[in-house]
Amino acid sequence: MAYTIAVNGKTRRVDVDGDTPLLWVLRDELGLKGSKFGCGVGLCGACTVHVDGKAVRSCTLPISNVGSATIATIEGMAADPVGKRLQEAWMELDVPQCGYCQAGQIMSAGALLAKNPNPSDAQIDAAMTGNVCRCCTYIRIRAAIKKAALAGNGAAMVGRS
Amino acid sequence: MTVLNAKHAARAAAASATGAAASMTSRRTFLKVSAVAGGGLLLQAVLKPLMQVAMADSTGAAAGGSTPLNAFIRIAPDGLVTIMSKNPEIGQGIKTMLPMVIAEELDVDWKNVRIEQAPLDAAKYGEQYAGGSTATPHNYDPLRRVGAAGRQMLVAAAAQTWNVAPSECRTQSGVVHHEKSGRSLTYGALASKAAGQPVPELDSVVLKDPKTFRIIGRPLPGIDNGKVVTGQPLFGIDVTVPGMLYAVFEKCPVFGGKVRSANVTALKTLSGVRDAFIVRASEANRNDDPQGLNDGVAIVAKTWWAANQARRKLEVTWDEGPTAAQSSEGFARNATGLAQGAPAAYLRRDGDVAASLRTAAHVVEAAYSYPFLAHITLEPQNCTARFREGKVVLWAPTQNPGPGAKLVAATLGIKESDVTVNMTRIGGGFGRRLRNDFMAEAAWISKQVGAPVKLLWNRQDDMQHDFYRPAGFHFFKGGLDPAGALVAFSDHFVTFGHDGQPVNSAQLTATEFPAQLVPNLEYGQSLMELGVPTGPLRAPRSNALAFAFQSFIDELAYQAGQDPVEFRLTLLGERRALVNDSGKPDALRDFDTGRMRDVLSRVAELSGWSQRHTLPARTAKGVAFYFSHLGYFAEVVQATVAPSGEIRLDQVWIVGDIGSQVINPSGAETQAQGAALDGLGAALGQAITIDRGRVVQANFDSVKPLRIDQAPPIEVHFLTTDHPPTGLGEPALPPVIPALCNAIFAATGKRIRNLPIDTQALKA
Repeated sequence: MAYTIAVNGKTRRVDVDGDTPLLWVLRDELGLKGSKFGCGVGLCGACTVHVDGKAVRSCTLPISNVGSATIATIEGMAADPVGKRLQEAWMELDVPQCGYCQAGQIMSAGALLAKNPNPSDAQIDAAMTGNVCRCCTYIRIRAAIKKAALAGNGAAMVGRS
Repeated sequence: MTVLNAKHAARAAAASATGAAASMTSRRTFLKVSAVAGGGLLLQAVLKPLMQVAMADSTGAAAGGSTPLNAFIRIAPDGLVTIMSKNPEIGQGIKTMLPMVIAEELDVDWKNVRIEQAPLDAAKYGEQYAGGSTATPHNYDPLRRVGAAGRQMLVAAAAQTWNVAPSECRTQSGVVHHEKSGRSLTYGALASKAAGQPVPELDSVVLKDPKTFRIIGRPLPGIDNGKVVTGQPLFGIDVTVPGMLYAVFEKCPVFGGKVRSANVTALKTLSGVRDAFIVRASEANRNDDPQGLNDGVAIVAKTWWAANQARRKLEVTWDEGPTAAQSSEGFARNATGLAQGAPAAYLRRDGDVAASLRTAAHVVEAAYSYPFLAHITLEPQNCTARFREGKVVLWAPTQNPGPGAKLVAATLGIKESDVTVNMTRIGGGFGRRLRNDFMAEAAWISKQVGAPVKLLWNRQDDMQHDFYRPAGFHFFKGGLDPAGALVAFSDHFVTFGHDGQPVNSAQLTATEFPAQLVPNLEYGQSLMELGVPTGPLRAPRSNALAFAFQSFIDELAYQAGQDPVEFRLTLLGERRALVNDSGKPDALRDFDTGRMRDVLSRVAELSGWSQRHTLPARTAKGVAFYFSHLGYFAEVVQATVAPSGEIRLDQVWIVGDIGSQVINPSGAETQAQGAALDGLGAALGQAITIDRGRVVQANFDSVKPLRIDQAPPIEVHFLTTDHPPTGLGEPALPPVIPALCNAIFAATGKRIRNLPIDTQALKA
């Protein structure tokens, strides 16, 4: 059946079965391949997207439950100030190894910084523990989130002065 | 991986080395053989053919108005340099690192370099695979020469233009300068003239003094990072081909099982399904090494989700076969039974172990075991194939495309020259994708349905149809003299195999440490039948042997009442080479006790080992070292064991010796950290259990990859030594597991002899 969803600021119409997870709608109907399939049951976080700003595992969210929620994916992150800072920090600190999980990592990090612009190590770990990096780039992921947070706080300070 | 047939390789290499007249057949034969070589074996024999093929064929690289200098380099009029990346990228950073080597000697600025993934074409690029940490030792010298040859041709072109001697010209940042006349020409302006210059003799091209390197040795970020962080399609799973259908493939949960019947007719009527059919195992399949097609049911649909949903309605009756009688529990029971008797075979017998143990001041006996492990690449196995008019094109996330092409050709009954393999970026390899079963399946299904097909496994398929790190059982005895010196050592290794041959990645060699250092030493081996496929997992063999041997060595150190670092230094003794398992001395493959002493001493300093007694209760440090994949690594883990038994990893220190040059320090640091964390994750939370011939675990709830909240800081330090540069994907992994287990012992007094670590047993 037909569904109309809002993805990265655009209205998209798809015709799929209602039980189709958002992940497969994004990847195979809309051609947005950045969100990845890893486990299919919400255990690895490779498929993480934002649903109304919250980090959500798109592999277990049926399209029929999306409704009028606003969806953001990794492909839309460059247009988001927090997302952009994270992408830059990821590149500067050379975070990716294979890179497969990194879109999901950045989406989870983006949701974290949106509600907590200056997270501690423990807060980073708590927010990111649902995202598996099989190459174990965690040390650099932690550092990149801090770098992006610092850059964001700097921007905010400049804004205030 | 297949063990290299050294005699065959040497013969083929000799044929190849006869020069330009060497037939393509012999060269191909050589490449086929060298592609499965591990370590630094026949290093020199590998280099020469790569240089020959690199310079012999420059036709394929031409594109977009730029001029190819050789198979690896082309230069556009605007000076942009495109360098081909020959090997599959699995996250080891090879797509950035090998082109750095060429760019350095070509003498261009890194910002003007573009990198393209080469397709499979061994005639042009030499061996193309990702395994065994071999890319650096096999490619560093030849690719420097490929770059230097390109530079020499550009200089020759400039010298000819100016009618001056090439020796009067110098290069810098993609420009040739003639100082005397103040003239200069860019590489872009010279490229087409340079391509017409005679190809230099690669053995004699002038290489840079490493002191002048501007690219090699600089920490450079991964070349595709920008695409990765913006979600561009790069991976096998992202491939789209016009008219493509999606396939799922269900195999028998019991290894080697066959389809009796399946409701394929009913499946074909389901929404979105285009076809459903039974696939029969290849004749060539052996039960313990099922590369190629296995029996199963393929479902092809308009979308992957539709195929996946149809699979839920699949009803199949299996003939489970003989492996259904096997289980992990049974293996452990049988191993304990076998250990009561003498080993079926001895790999090494030095001195008289029995007599020495009788007279030893202290005797320590311990049984160690480790489980099967899966690779759990985050990108599940997948492949896209388009079969048309007797030829097939594949887009394959494979670590080993050459054998993949052969396998597909054999499976479909077509010529290898009718198989084209495009290499995609790969969402994790760890050795899983050295096997190409998914390529054979995708190609077969595409042929059956007459359309391009993307085959994608789900996580359960991936976890339950792997080539597992084999489980193993070690029954050790050690004897110490009154002064605490190790005088006797024996291991009865119970593993899997048939007709005296261990299964893939289950080999113990006669030179395993501490062989050649203990006067009375025995390695015996007994084999159990196994129907479970096995294969290399990151640092194959070493990832298991390091745990068992370096933990037992630690037990002996404590029994001797000695500092575990000092005990190991004493055991290593004076600086010398212990011959490798081939029996023929080889500077890279021999165990250099001096190099190991140096990394061990350095990691002790770096980690504050001598101050470890000041740590709080239930917090402690453990140490271990291991030599694998030509790299020397010593590591210290500091861990805290809570009264609940829960383990917190506080910090890891890694010191490695991988030779004279770390090519990309950023990549090197992250590889070492990642390898250590990978090992710690396996030790803490991973096991594949076999029950009734099938894998019990199905997803990340029961096989637990390490997560960010478990990851400690890791300090990495490389010693710079006067040895050729060697690889880094693997050798940092093995010592971290025993270092952790030894730390747990120091913290709790409880020795970890079985993996994964049982935290319940560590309760205060």
